Amino acid sequence: MPQITMNAPSLIRRLQARALHGLAVALLACSVYGGAGLPTGLPQAQAKEAELLAANPEIEARMLAITAELRCLVCQNQTVADSHSGLAGDLRQQVRELLAKGKSDDEVRDYMTQRYGDFILYKPPVRASTWLLWFGPGILAVIGLMVLVHILRSRARMSPEAFDPDQPDDADAQDALNRR
Amino acid sequence: MKRFILPLGIFVVIAVFLGLGLRHDPREVPSPLIDKAAPDFALVTLADPGKTLSRKDMLGKVWLLNVWASWCVACRQEHPILVDWASRKQVPLIGLNYKDERADGLKWLAEGGNPYDESVFDFEGRVGIDYGVYGVPETFVIDKQGVIRYKQIGPITPQALRDTIEPLIQKLNS
Repeated sequence: MPQITMNAPSLIRRLQARALHGLAVALLACSVYGGAGLPTGLPQAQAKEAELLAANPEIEARMLAITAELRCLVCQNQTVADSHSGLAGDLRQQVRELLAKGKSDDEVRDYMTQRYGDFILYKPPVRASTWLLWFGPGILAVIGLMVLVHILRSRARMSPEAFDPDQPDDADAQDALNRR
Repeated sequence: MKRFILPLGIFVVIAVFLGLGLRHDPREVPSPLIDKAAPDFALVTLADPGKTLSRKDMLGKVWLLNVWASWCVACRQEHPILVDWASRKQVPLIGLNYKDERADGLKWLAEGGNPYDESVFDFEGRVGIDYGVYGVPETFVIDKQGVIRYKQIGPITPQALRDTIEPLIQKLNS
């Protein structure tokens, strides 16, 4: 036991280091993929986006709300709203144009799923193939509760002799008891 | 001993699911366009800004649409395989030069060889979006009716050609 408590902080540190390393690799990969589309054009692209943002605040607000729920397929843990990849920039522009043409939010989402599938939606639709995804956690929670109730009930029926008296589980607690 | 069986069982189930998860490539997103009509396009060709090629021009033929770009690293790996295949292929291979500069694209073909019957020039990436392109290179096999029958995500390998693409072309052509 004491050995594990001594090692735990160093283990956590090591896990943190690995997580950071993974993050760095992911960021690097995204910047490589993202930068690939417009090798030298990123600052201009950002300036252009800022300009468009000022031009029509209402459409921009709707565009950001929609793209915040779309997965960027190049950098899969980012939304289309967040990503700097070339494709995400193009998709934001496409959403702007569709909205400017008077399309509804749902029509824009349909446009995206027709091309990229449900995978692009961070909030997948409820249908037969996603029932497990939507209801699985609830079912697991119900099973867990049922098991818990079953265990508590069977323990309540046991005689007191079936339980060992409580044992102090470490030296400090033992000392405290002795001092009493 | 008996009390270990349940946790062990749960562990095995979880391990099997996680193990299966490792075998899936999350970068390969199944395309919803398979078995649907290939989206319409009409683009100027890379070689000649005055010449247009459209999906309609390809109706009646089985053909391949290969998305490529001179900035694409994996295309560099794929290109020699396409050049080699071009000498013995039975069907037209059309390139979709995606979000590239015209001069860079032409230089790429001059240096590495040109396996394409024609390359169309999608500077803004609009046709790419219609085809659900998200990682270059990608390749579509399109049948005589203009329906997408297969999509290869990532570079074409000799193995993919031999085991998947060539048999499919033969089937579609028969």
